[in-house]
Amino acid sequence: MDAGFPETLWAQAQGLRSGAYSSVELTAHYLARIARLDPQFNAYITVCPDRARAQAVAADATRARGESGILTGIPYANKDIFCTRGVLTTCGSRMLANWAAPYDATVVARLGDAGMVMLGKTNMDEFAMGSSNETSYFGAVRNPWDTSRVPGGSSGGSAAAVAARLAPVATGSDTGGSIRQPAALCGISGLKPTYGRVSRWGMIAFASSLDQGGPMALTAQDLALMFNAMAGADPRDATSIARPPEDFSAALERPLAGLRLGMPAEYWDAAADPALQAGLLAALENFRALGASVREVSLPHAAVSIPAYYVVACAEASSNLSRYDGVRFGHRCAAPQDLADLYSRSRAEGFGDEVKRRILMGTYALSAGYYDAWYRKAQQLRRLIQQDFTAAFAGVDLLIGPTTPTTAFALGSKFEDPLTMYLADVYTTGVNLAGLPALSVPGGFINSLPFGVQLIGNYFSEATLLQAAHQYQSTTNWHLQRPAMAA
Amino acid sequence: MGWETVIGLEIHVQLATVSKIFSGAATRYGAQPNTQACAVDLGLPGVLPVLNARVVEMAITLGLALEARIAPVSFFARKNYFYPDLPKGYQISQYEDPIVEHGRLTIRLGDGRDKEIRIRRAHLEEDAGKSVHDAFPGATGIDLNRTGTPLLEVVSEPDLSSSQEAALFMRKMHALVRYLGICDGNMQEGSFRCDANVSVRRAGAAALGTRAEIKNINSFRYVEKAIDYEVERQIDLLENGGKVVQETRLYDSDKDETRSMRGKEDAHDYRYFPDPDLLPIIVTPAQIEALKRLLPELPGARAIRYCQEFGLAPADAEPLSQDRSLADYFEALAGSCGDPRQAANWLNGEVAATLNRQGTTIDLCPVPAASLGALLRRISDGTLSASLAKQVFEVMWTQRSEPDAVIEARNLRQVNDGDALLALVETVLAESPEQVAQYRAGKEKVFGYFVGQIMKRSQGRANPQQLADLLRTRLAPP
Amino acid sequence: MSLIAADIQRVARLARLHIEPDEALHYAAQLSGILDHFATMTVIDTTAVTPLAHAIEVVSGSTRPDVVTEDDHRTELQTGAPQVEAGYYLVPRVLE
Repeated sequence: MDAGFPETLWAQAQGLRSGAYSSVELTAHYLARIARLDPQFNAYITVCPDRARAQAVAADATRARGESGILTGIPYANKDIFCTRGVLTTCGSRMLANWAAPYDATVVARLGDAGMVMLGKTNMDEFAMGSSNETSYFGAVRNPWDTSRVPGGSSGGSAAAVAARLAPVATGSDTGGSIRQPAALCGISGLKPTYGRVSRWGMIAFASSLDQGGPMALTAQDLALMFNAMAGADPRDATSIARPPEDFSAALERPLAGLRLGMPAEYWDAAADPALQAGLLAALENFRALGASVREVSLPHAAVSIPAYYVVACAEASSNLSRYDGVRFGHRCAAPQDLADLYSRSRAEGFGDEVKRRILMGTYALSAGYYDAWYRKAQQLRRLIQQDFTAAFAGVDLLIGPTTPTTAFALGSKFEDPLTMYLADVYTTGVNLAGLPALSVPGGFINSLPFGVQLIGNYFSEATLLQAAHQYQSTTNWHLQRPAMAA
Repeated sequence: MGWETVIGLEIHVQLATVSKIFSGAATRYGAQPNTQACAVDLGLPGVLPVLNARVVEMAITLGLALEARIAPVSFFARKNYFYPDLPKGYQISQYEDPIVEHGRLTIRLGDGRDKEIRIRRAHLEEDAGKSVHDAFPGATGIDLNRTGTPLLEVVSEPDLSSSQEAALFMRKMHALVRYLGICDGNMQEGSFRCDANVSVRRAGAAALGTRAEIKNINSFRYVEKAIDYEVERQIDLLENGGKVVQETRLYDSDKDETRSMRGKEDAHDYRYFPDPDLLPIIVTPAQIEALKRLLPELPGARAIRYCQEFGLAPADAEPLSQDRSLADYFEALAGSCGDPRQAANWLNGEVAATLNRQGTTIDLCPVPAASLGALLRRISDGTLSASLAKQVFEVMWTQRSEPDAVIEARNLRQVNDGDALLALVETVLAESPEQVAQYRAGKEKVFGYFVGQIMKRSQGRANPQQLADLLRTRLAPP
Repeated sequence: MSLIAADIQRVARLARLHIEPDEALHYAAQLSGILDHFATMTVIDTTAVTPLAHAIEVVSGSTRPDVVTEDDHRTELQTGAPQVEAGYYLVPRVLE
C-alpha cells in the first residue's frame, strides 16, 4: 500500500478523525490506484472521479463542522446492481449498458447520507447470474491473487476491488452465494444479511425472495460498521423487516466463551478438497481456542439445495427480467419489424448466454404442466431446508463450514459446462433459501490461493456472526494478506 | 328452439383511491400521457410494489356488502405475459387465494321475482396502461398513466340465464359500488368494465357448452346487445353442425356484432406464481368488524325499511334506495314535507324526469331537499295545485328560488274560496248553454271542457277538487 | 429428461427470446443435462409439505396510506427512452 494510508475502514476513520489526512486525499489515493492497477483486474465498470471528489469535499466540510460520523469521507466501491442516480447502472449487461438510473437505491442513499464517497460501480456477473464474474458484458474480472483465475461471482468486481486495495469496502449482493463465494475466492470478508434486513429498493432484482445486499471488506469489524449504515426497514420495500435499532459493532470484542458451533455433516463430504478440509479443521481449532465448542449437526436436505435454489431463482428471474423489452429503457434492436420482433430481438441481443439459459429454465419451470413438478416442488423443498436449519439451531448458535468446495478456478475452465458451476454453490444456496444470515472470512491459503470459512447464523443474529468473525480475525492474520499484484 | 343461455360476468371495478395500488402516483383520469406513471408504474429496474392499505379496506367493504367470505390470508400472484401496456411483463393479481369469495347479489327480474346470483370471487389487481393505435404512423403509442390503478375484479358464477338478467346484474353491481363509495362508476372513463362469458346448451342439458368471452363492455345497453348477438351466433353455429371455439371476442357497437380478437394468443400460459415482492394480505376479525360498522345501510335493507317505516310500495322504494345520494335526499325530503309517499312520488316522477332531461344527477340537483319539501307542503295545505306545483318546481330549478316567493311573484295561489269558484262556474255555464245541454243529455266528456274553461279563466289556480265538486252539483239535474 | 429444440423454441416464445435453431439445440442439450441432475428433487417425498414462498412468514408486508407522493417526472423518466413522441412510448403498430 502506498505510504500514508492504512487499508481498513476502521483505521481510515481514525486517520480522518485525527486529521492525519483528508477524505479528498484518501479518495485521490484510491482513484490513482484504480487508474494504475484496475486494467489488470477489470473490477470497475464505471469510475466516478468527479463525483467522488465532490463527495469527498463535502465530507471534509461535514467533518470541519463537527458533524461527521465514523463513515464520513470513507471511499467505497458500489456493485453495479445498485441504482445510482445520474450514473450508469449496467448490472453487467448490454441490456443496460447505457442506462443511467433516475433514482438512488436506498442502500446508496443511506451510505451517501453517512458521508461515504462512491469511487465507482463494480463489475459483476450479468444480472447477478453467475459464480465467476465471467458472464459480464464488460469482460471478465480477474482474481488479484492470480489473474488467470476467476474472482468468483456475482460480486466479483467488488471482491476484487477490495482484495486489490482499490477500495477499502464495497457493496455486494447475494442470491445464492454472490457475496460469500467471491469473498472466499478473493481472500476478503463478506456478509449476507438475514433476508429483509437490507432494503432491495433500487437493487436490480434477480430472484426477489432470495436477493440481499450486503457489505464486503477486509475485516469483520469493517463489515459491521458498513452494515450499520445499510441495514434497516424501508417503506419502499414491503419485504424489508422492521427490527429494533442495533449497533452491529457493539459486541465485536465480547469473548466467544460458550459459543456453540455446529458443523453440518453433509458439508463435510468427499467433494471438498482435502487441503480445504484441513484448513477448515484448523479454523475449528482457532475457535476452540477462543472458547467455542464444536459439534456435528445435520442438514439432511443439503444436497437438494442446489436444484431447489436454481429452480426458484430462475423462475423468479424469468419473471423479473420480462421488463427488459426495449420499450421504455435499455437496449432496443435496430429497425424492429413488428412488436414480436422488437421484443424477441431486443432481448436476444441485450442478454448474454447465462441469462438466457436461466430465463429459459425459469420459464420452463413455471409453464403449464411443469409448475407442480418443478416450481412447487422446489418451494416445498425450501420449507424442508428451512426446517433443517431451524432444527440445527436448536442446539447450536452458529453453523460453520467451507464457503466453497475449491479455491479460485481458471478463467474459462467451467464456462462451457454450466452445471459444474451450479454444483459449486452447494454450501451457500441453502442459506438463501432459508433467508438466514451468513458470512465468509478468509481461512487460509491452498497453493497460494485463498479459501473462506463460512459462518451461518439464525435469523437476525448478524451481531453474533460478526463477533465470532472478529474474534477469529483477532487470532489469525489470513485477512491481512495482500495479493502481490496489488502492490 | 330449445336452447338455454348461460352467462357469467367478470366486472372490473376501478377502486376510487387517489393513489395507485402499488405506488404513490395519482390515479386521476385525463392527465397528459405518462405524467402519472412513476418509476414503480414504469417497471424500471430495481423498483418494488408497496400495497395501498385503502384498497384492502374497499375490497373488504364490497365483500361484506356481497355477504361474502373475507379471506384471513390472501396472496398476490404474478400473471406473466407480454404486451406494451404491461410494463413489467407481468400483472400483479390474485390467483389461488383471492381476498373475497363465495358471495351473492340478488336481482329483481322483470316479473317481480328475485333471483340470487352467486359471486364466485372478487380479487385485487393492478390495471394496465393504454395503447393508442391511430395517432402515430406505423406505430402504437403507449400511455402508462393507468398502469397500477387498483382494480377489484368481481366474478359471478354462470347463474345468469339471459341478456336481460346480465344487464340487471351489471346495473345492480354498478349501483352498489357507487353506493359504497368505492367506485365512481364512470363507464365512459373506464371505471367500470364488464366481460361476459357466454355459452349455450340444449335446454335441460347438464354440461355447459363451450363459452366465448366478450371483453370490455362498457354500457348496460351494450351488454344486452352483445350477448344477444353472441347467443344467436352460437346457436346458429351449433345448429349448422359447427363448434363454438373458446376464444376472446370484442363487441362492435357500430355494427352490433361480436368479433374474434385478432393477434391474440390462442391460449396464454400465464405461469402464475406467488409474487415474491409482496407479503400476504392479512385481515383480522377486528378489522372486519371495524369495516362492518362503517358499512352504510345497504340498498336492500334500506328499501325494506322504506316499505315498513314509510309505507312505500316496493316498486317505489327500490329506485330510491339504489343510489345513496338519492336515498339520503329522499329521507331529507320526507322529513321536510312530512309525507314520505308524496316525497317518493315526486322523486320517482317529476324530479327523476327533470334530472334525466338535464342530464344530471341528484348530487348536482339545484333544488335542496328542504326547499322541495316546502313546495310539497304547499300542495298538501292546499295553497298550490299539483299541476301548478310542477311549474313552480321548474322555476325553482332554474332560478334557485324558494316556493313561496315564486307563488307570490306569479300569483299562483290556488283559488280555494268557494264563492269565487262558484262565481266562475256560473259565468262559464251561463256562457256555454250548448255544452250544458250536451252534458245533461249524457255526454260526460263535456265536463272536461267546463274544467278547462274555468282553469283558463283562473290562470290554472282553481282548486281542482273543489271545482269538480261544485261543477257536478251545479250541473246535476234540478 | 430430454428436451428437444422444439421445447426450447416453445419456452423461448413464452419468454420473447429470439433463439436461432442451432442455439435451440445447444440449449436443449444443456437444459436436459441440468434438469436431469435436478430431478433428484423428485425423489424426496413432499406430500404434506406446504410450499415456502418467503423465509419470513406470517408477518404482513408493510402497506402505504392512500396518498399521492409522486409528482410528474415524465421528462426525467423518459430521458434515454428508445422512442418517445408527444409523451407516448412508441412501439411498432399493434393490431388489435
